Amino acid sequence: MIGRSALFKRPTSLAGPPDKPTDRGLAFMIRPMPWLLALLALLFGSLLSAPATAQEPATTASGDPAAIVQKFGGKQSYDETEAVISELAGTGDPAVARPLRALRDGDLYWREGDQAVFIATRDGDEYDLLDPMTGETAGTAPRGEMEKVRVKNSIRNAVTLALGSLTLRSDNPAQRLRAAQTLFSEADPEMIAPLTEAIAAEEDPAVKTAMAEARASAILASDAPEAEKAEEARILAARGDREALAMLSRFADSAQTPEARSAALSAIAQVENNIAFWNQAQNVWYGLSLGSVLLLAAIGLAITFGVMGVINMAHGEMVMLGAYTTFVVQEFIRTNVPGLFEWSLAIALPLAFLVSGLVGLVMERGLIRFLYGRPLETLLATFGVSLILQQAVRTIFGPTNREVGNPDWMSGAFEVGLMQVTWNRLWIIVFAIIVFVALLAVLNKTSLGLQMRAVTQNRRMASAMGIRTPWVDAMTFALGSGIAGIAGVALSQIDNVSPNLGQGYIIDSFMVVVFGGVGNLWGTLVGAMTLGVVNKFLEPFAGAVLGKIVVLVLIILFIQKRPRGLFAQKGRFVDA
Amino acid sequence: MIIRYLGARVWILVAALVAAAILVPLANLALPANHPLHVPSYLVPLIGKYVCYAMLALALDLVWGHLGILSLGHGAFFALGGYAMGMYLMRQIGARGVYGNPELPDFMVFLNWQELPWYWYGFDQFWFAALMVMVVPGLLGFVFGYFAFRSRVTGVYLSIITQAMTYALLLAFFRNDMGFGGNNGLTDFKDILGYPIQADTTRAALFAASCIALALAVLCVGAIIRSKLGDLMIAVRDAESRTRFIGWRPEYVKLFAFTLSAVMAGIAGALYVPQVGIINPGEFAPVNSIEIVVWAAVGGRGTLLGPVIGALLVNYGKSVFTGLAPEYWLFVLGGLFVVVTIFLPRGIVGTIDHGWDALKARRRAKNREKGESEGTGNDPNLAASPAE
Repeated sequence: MIGRSALFKRPTSLAGPPDKPTDRGLAFMIRPMPWLLALLALLFGSLLSAPATAQEPATTASGDPAAIVQKFGGKQSYDETEAVISELAGTGDPAVARPLRALRDGDLYWREGDQAVFIATRDGDEYDLLDPMTGETAGTAPRGEMEKVRVKNSIRNAVTLALGSLTLRSDNPAQRLRAAQTLFSEADPEMIAPLTEAIAAEEDPAVKTAMAEARASAILASDAPEAEKAEEARILAARGDREALAMLSRFADSAQTPEARSAALSAIAQVENNIAFWNQAQNVWYGLSLGSVLLLAAIGLAITFGVMGVINMAHGEMVMLGAYTTFVVQEFIRTNVPGLFEWSLAIALPLAFLVSGLVGLVMERGLIRFLYGRPLETLLATFGVSLILQQAVRTIFGPTNREVGNPDWMSGAFEVGLMQVTWNRLWIIVFAIIVFVALLAVLNKTSLGLQMRAVTQNRRMASAMGIRTPWVDAMTFALGSGIAGIAGVALSQIDNVSPNLGQGYIIDSFMVVVFGGVGNLWGTLVGAMTLGVVNKFLEPFAGAVLGKIVVLVLIILFIQKRPRGLFAQKGRFVDA
Repeated sequence: MIIRYLGARVWILVAALVAAAILVPLANLALPANHPLHVPSYLVPLIGKYVCYAMLALALDLVWGHLGILSLGHGAFFALGGYAMGMYLMRQIGARGVYGNPELPDFMVFLNWQELPWYWYGFDQFWFAALMVMVVPGLLGFVFGYFAFRSRVTGVYLSIITQAMTYALLLAFFRNDMGFGGNNGLTDFKDILGYPIQADTTRAALFAASCIALALAVLCVGAIIRSKLGDLMIAVRDAESRTRFIGWRPEYVKLFAFTLSAVMAGIAGALYVPQVGIINPGEFAPVNSIEIVVWAAVGGRGTLLGPVIGALLVNYGKSVFTGLAPEYWLFVLGGLFVVVTIFLPRGIVGTIDHGWDALKARRRAKNREKGESEGTGNDPNLAASPAE
């Protein structure tokens, strides 16, 4: 035991032999004073090595990793290699991480002549040699002279474990944290002592917690007394994830005393609660994510429907056009200015707004304005336009999915508690909120917004007050379509970009508008988010498809109660 | 008297359908293959399919043309009727399926089902299946209509809700555990009422049945729109609130027409399935339902004759066009939606009627100038004026 705890002390290289290559200062000091060195060696040797030599002669070298590394030289059995590894780990010197990693990766070699150990990389017929401790170049050697230190899987595992305990003492907190996390899942009783020490020395609270958890997992796996295990179970319960749950249930199964059992069971209950909580949180998150997608798709529809009373069946195709605009922009950037790829979405946004908005404007001027006062006919005509747009895109870009890349800042994920958050979903939520706020500002702060609201509330009166309602209609339609195009840019990041992209969203968007009510953006927001969250909460019970059906049926029933949606406009213009 | 009551036009259509029901099978079966009037065998079920579509368009027009209810979910009733018939045909296969199970259809054996689900009971009897063909779509139409009309869901809202209905059914029927064959639907039918379903004679009989059914549907719809109920329907279409204030109950009028229309669509679906040999969830697709609307719109809504002609024309065009340049059919269909709504809001029949009326009015005016006052012409047609 004494040996083990001493192993993890950072070695003071004073006692080291003079050939250690890093200590140039020391070597410089040593050379002129050989007699002093001899004296010191004598003194220290008699003081320190007296008890050590009594136990085990090898420990004399425990302070010097460089010397131990050299033991890899020469033909060895795997057991011998493993012994050297644990000896190296025993030094507790972070510097041994380099040779250990090289060993694991199969880059550690020894020279046949003097059995000196190097990290070698092949370069044609020769090996470039590196010093195993410092990583400095140490010349080259012909191929025939070098012999590899043989490794197998159990050796690699031993190395990984050794590295884990080593990095517990690293200067970098992130590395220490990673080491603690590795050790947590290893749950190796051997590591209890080093962890205990590391915890005592640790100052970073997060790392300390991780280490305590690793220690708890190790203790649960050891044959420590059950009372102590029950104590540690609490730490695992506080961690509260699935791994902890597995360990705790193993403990509960093997527990002998009723106290330990009940402690384990209460810890399990706590963990299960925690997991259930995060599951709900994850559901809410998915729901909000779906809701923000719905919001993006539906918000443009809501304003055109609100102002003009026209259901634009080609709205989904506006979304699709936005997504294809993104595709075209990215293709252009890939072939011409690859450096701008990170900015492709920012460039695509205004373009998508313009493309879809322009198509919308043309549709309004060329088609819809001839159908005023005939909403059902408008519905049919816009459906015709949607078919034409779909087929046009299919003819130009082909019927298959097109590849739209994610910029770096859109890809990847991070964890909050037990919940996984992907960056693209997060950005889409943020983006949906920005679009919503911007649209709210347009509606409430600009003169176009004022006119739009006036026309929504009472078209004739607005016209009588001098508002050019046809112009407002055209602008509204262009705005709604442009927003659909922007939504397409966002959707291109999470969905397949195909000619059918729009169709997938159109019915859901209608549901949002019908549910949320017309003429009030807040209705659209609440409608979208509610539908998103309800959908995701129904999925686990009913499955994705049945969940969707249930939502549709619920909306149909909801319409019975409130035919004009959640945020219905009040007033006499309603039943026009 | 009844001839006068319904108008000559209805009778001409009925006569044409009855003639087709007799002559086309005759031309197919009795005439030798090289005879110029011979109808090839592949054409019989194809035209039979169009006739079913015509009936479907007529059903839709009953509520759209005469009541102003634009249903975007009539494909659902059609498909439900088709499924009811398909279930009967599946049970008729018996032990001749791939797995040779006398009780269970192949797809259930494939899914390791042990026994027939309860809702498949009775479908081995034709009379039961025939009843269900009408009851199931009718019931759905009734329940849906009851809720929708009672809470006065109208206009675009109603259209969207009907579309959501067929979309929900589409999703539901795609599921394997619904017990309707999932993605693949019901197919591989062997015989109907004991006759092999692929045989020319059976197909000719099915064709005749479709024509007769359409003729009956035309008579039925014609009788309704000629009756006082028909007048009431027009009143509800053009001024629902006013009709209500006078003392009528528009929701009952709508409910009756909607349910009847659903039943008719169901029958059309049931006749359609044995002729095409398959029914799958694709029939529930919202696009299919909207296509029905364009048939009625092209022919002329609210003209009785129009939907029938529109369905035949558009589907014939579709067959021709998909043969020539399949990738451009959607352009044509989309263009049809746009052109009909903008340039031909009355549809073909409606436009001809309108022109005819205008011509007559001019002639009358001329006659009046001559001082020969004549009794007002008995105009059998409803002027097609679009709702709202």
